[in-house]
Amino acid sequence: MSVGNQFGATLVEPVDENETAAILRDANETGRAVIPTGGGTKLDWGNPPRRADVMLSTRHLNRVLEHAWADLTVTVEAGCTVAELQSTLAQHGQRLAIDPLWPERATIGGILATNDSGSLRLGYGALRDLIIGITLVLADGTIAKSGGKVVKNVAGYDLPKLATGGFGTLGVITRAVFRLHPLPRNTRTLTIAVDGADAMQRVILAILNAQLAPAAVQARNGNVDILLEGTLDGIAAQQAALKEFGEVREGSLEVWKAREELWGEGTIVKFTILPSRIAAASAFFSRFVIQATGIGYARFDADLARLRTAMEQDGGSLVILGRTKLDAWGSPGDALPLMRAVKSQFDPKGTLNPGRFVGGI
Amino acid sequence: MNPKTAPETLDQLRGILGPHGLISSSEELRTYECDGLTNFRVIPSAVVLPDSTEQVQAVVRVCHRERIPFVARGSGTGLSGGALPVAGGIVICLARMKRILEVDLPNARVVVEPGVINLDVTGRVASANYFYAPDPSSQSVCSIGGNVAENSGGAHCLKYGFTTTHVLGLEVVLPDGSLVNFGGLTLDTPGYDLAGVFVGSEGTLGIATKITLRIVKRPECVRTLLAAFHSPTEAGSAVSGIIAAGMLPAAIEMMDNLAIQAAEAAVHANYPDCGGLLLVELDGPVAEVDALMAHVDEICRQHGAWEIRVAQSEEERALVWKGRKAAFAAMGRISPNYIVQDGVIPRTSLPQILSEIDQLSTETGLRVANVFHAGDGNLHPLVLYDRRIAGQEKAAERLSERILELCIEKGGSITGEHGVGEEKKHMMSKMFAEPDLDTMQRVRCAFDPFQLSNPTKVFPRTRLCGEKPGEYVPHPLELAGVAERF
Repeated sequence: MSVGNQFGATLVEPVDENETAAILRDANETGRAVIPTGGGTKLDWGNPPRRADVMLSTRHLNRVLEHAWADLTVTVEAGCTVAELQSTLAQHGQRLAIDPLWPERATIGGILATNDSGSLRLGYGALRDLIIGITLVLADGTIAKSGGKVVKNVAGYDLPKLATGGFGTLGVITRAVFRLHPLPRNTRTLTIAVDGADAMQRVILAILNAQLAPAAVQARNGNVDILLEGTLDGIAAQQAALKEFGEVREGSLEVWKAREELWGEGTIVKFTILPSRIAAASAFFSRFVIQATGIGYARFDADLARLRTAMEQDGGSLVILGRTKLDAWGSPGDALPLMRAVKSQFDPKGTLNPGRFVGGI
Repeated sequence: MNPKTAPETLDQLRGILGPHGLISSSEELRTYECDGLTNFRVIPSAVVLPDSTEQVQAVVRVCHRERIPFVARGSGTGLSGGALPVAGGIVICLARMKRILEVDLPNARVVVEPGVINLDVTGRVASANYFYAPDPSSQSVCSIGGNVAENSGGAHCLKYGFTTTHVLGLEVVLPDGSLVNFGGLTLDTPGYDLAGVFVGSEGTLGIATKITLRIVKRPECVRTLLAAFHSPTEAGSAVSGIIAAGMLPAAIEMMDNLAIQAAEAAVHANYPDCGGLLLVELDGPVAEVDALMAHVDEICRQHGAWEIRVAQSEEERALVWKGRKAAFAAMGRISPNYIVQDGVIPRTSLPQILSEIDQLSTETGLRVANVFHAGDGNLHPLVLYDRRIAGQEKAAERLSERILELCIEKGGSITGEHGVGEEKKHMMSKMFAEPDLDTMQRVRCAFDPFQLSNPTKVFPRTRLCGEKPGEYVPHPLELAGVAERF
C-alpha cells in the first residue's frame, strides 16, 4: 500500500511541527477534515472517515532526534519508520522492544496511533508501557508535550497513553520518546507441536505458569512458538525445562512473521480474550495467530457480527482490521460518553479523522 | 466555596452512610487533616467512610449537586499532599472497601477494592507463587486505590513497571456520580486508554472503586548483591557499566553514607560503612541469573567496589531491603526534621547532580542524605534540618526546590513516583509550557467540568472548563459566585 489519496483528499507534507500546526489550524478554521498518515500501511483500519479533505503525511518528520544510548532512551519524529529507528538503535546495541507489522514501511506515529506492539509484549510490555513522552499537535494548532525524557515520571497526566491507540483523533503525533532495551545477547525460537486446541491452550498456560522468562509466546495452527532471549546458559536451561510440555523443535525467527502472513485475501480481525479462553476462541478460525497475552489475529469471512457477540460475551472484544459493512470496533462499553467528551475537548469541530474511531468519534 | 458543609447536607450523607460512616466532629476530623506530607494541613468539613461503590456514588452525587469539592483518600501515606483535604470539602476515605473480590490464577488477574493494602494482594496469591509487582516502600500500609491515584512505583519498577503497567481495568465513579468502566479483563479494549490516563491522575478525575490487577509469576530465583564503594560517583559509574553491558536488573538502589548511617541506626541492616552503597537485584531463571550475577560482580569491582556481598538466605535478603525501605523514616534518627524529594534525571547525569547537591549542601550548611533508585535515575534526596532553628525550614524548602530545578535543567522530572499533589504544583510551570498544561486540563474538563474531584492539586491553577486558552473570560460559575480561581 502506498500513501495515496484514497479518500480524494489533498496531500500535504509538513517539514516540521510548526508547519504541522499551521496546516491543522487552517483546516480547523475552514472546516476541513484532516487524515493523518505515516507509511499508509493501516489506512483501512478503523471506520472510513466521514469526511476527508486533507491527508497530512508525516513523511518529512522522519529524524531520530536523540538516541541517548547511555540513558536507554530515544526521541524520534513520528514519520520515522520502525526499521529505520531500529537500525539506528542497533548501532549502540539497543532496540525498541516491539515487533509491529510491516516495520520497513510502518512509522512510529502510525504504530502508536493504531497501538500495534506485537508478540514481544509478553516480555517487554506494549507501546503504552514503553512510550515515556509525546508531542501532539492538536486540531487548533496547539503544540503540546507530555511525559518527558526520563523513564520514571508521574508529573501531570499521562497523555502518551491517551494518544496511543487513539487513531489520531485527539491530535497528530509528531514526536515520541521511548525507553529502550539492550539487544538480546542471544535469541532462540522454539516450537512445540500440539494436537488440537485444548492441548495448545494447556501448553501455553503451562509455560506462563512455569518460572520461565520467555520474551514471546504465540499459538498458530498446531504449534506453540516460544522466543527465548538472554545468556546461552539461561536459554539452554529454559529449553530443557520446556521439554516437560512436549517435543521441542528449534525453529527460526521467521515464525514470528506468522501474524503478518495472515494478510492477503479476506478479512483480518483482531480479538482479545483471556488466556484461559484461547482454545475456545481458536475454534472459530481456520487460520490464526494468538499471542499468549490474549491478543489474537485471524482471517475470518463468515458472520462477523456473531463472532463479535461471542467474543464480547466472553469478556473480550473483536476489532475488524479492514473495511466491511460492519462497524470496525464493536462496543467500547459504558465509557463511550466520556470518550466523546475527551474528543470534544481536544477536537471540538471533529477535524481529525472524523468517524474513524469508536462510537463515531 | 462552601466554607462549611450545611447541616442538611450532613444529614443526607448520614442517611447514605449510616451513623458510623460519617465523621464530622472537629477532634475526629483532625485525623484526616494531612497525609504523609505533614507540613500541609487542612481540616475537612466532613469525612465519609463508604463501604460500597453505591455509597461512593451516592456521596459523589450529593457533592456534585451541591458543588462540594471532595478528596479521595486511601491509607494517607502519600508524600506530596495528594490526599490533603480541600477547605470546605469532604474527604471520601476508602479504607473500608478492602475486599479482594476475585482471584483468577490461570489468567494472572486479581480484582480488588481500592482500600486493599498493596502487600495483601501478594499475600493472597503468594502460595501459588505469584506476586503483585509494584512495591512502594510503604507497601505494608498503602492502599491499591492510592497506588492507582499516584501511579506508585517502588524499587522493582525498573524491570516490572509502575502501577499503570499492572492495572488492566478500573471501575470509576466520575465526579458527577456516574459509574463507568475503563479497560477490562482483556488487553486492548476498544476506545481510548482511559485507564492509562486515570492511573496517576492523583484523584483529580474521579474515584476508582474496583481495580483489575495483573499479577506476576514469581521468578525461579532472586539474588541480591551489596557492593561498597568509596563514593556515590563510583557507585554511579558501576550502574552505567551494568546498563551498558545490556542487563536489566530487577532493581538497582544506591545509598550514600548519611543514608547508610540512618538505616543502620534504625534497623541494623548490617550495611558496610562506605561512601556509596549499591544494591543490585537480579531475578529470573537460575542459570540466567547466575551467569549475569558473575558479570555484575566483575563490573562492580572494575568500578572500585571494595567489598561485595551476596545475600545468602531469604532472611539476609529481607534485611537488606528492610534497611533500604526504612531509609526515609530512619532519618528521624539523625535529624529532627527532613524533607523527602522525588526528582528524576537521565541516569547519566547522576555524578553531576550529586556534586551539585553536595555544593548546595555546603553553601547552605544543611545536610542532604541521598537514596536513589539508581537504575532509573529517580533521586530521593533527604534534606535534613531542625525546625527549632529560625530560618532552617525555609532554607531546607528552598534547597529541596533547587534540587528539583536542577532535575528539570537536566531534562528530568519533578516527580518519579510521589506525585505532584499540593507540594509541587507550583513547579509544574517550570517543567511544562502553558500549552502543555492547558492540554492536560482539557482531559480534566472532560472528566470533571465542575472541578470537584481534588480540585486544587497537580496544576498551578485550575482552568475553568468553558474558558478559551490564552484569554481570560470569566466563567459563568465564577460570575455566579459558585466557583473561584485558585
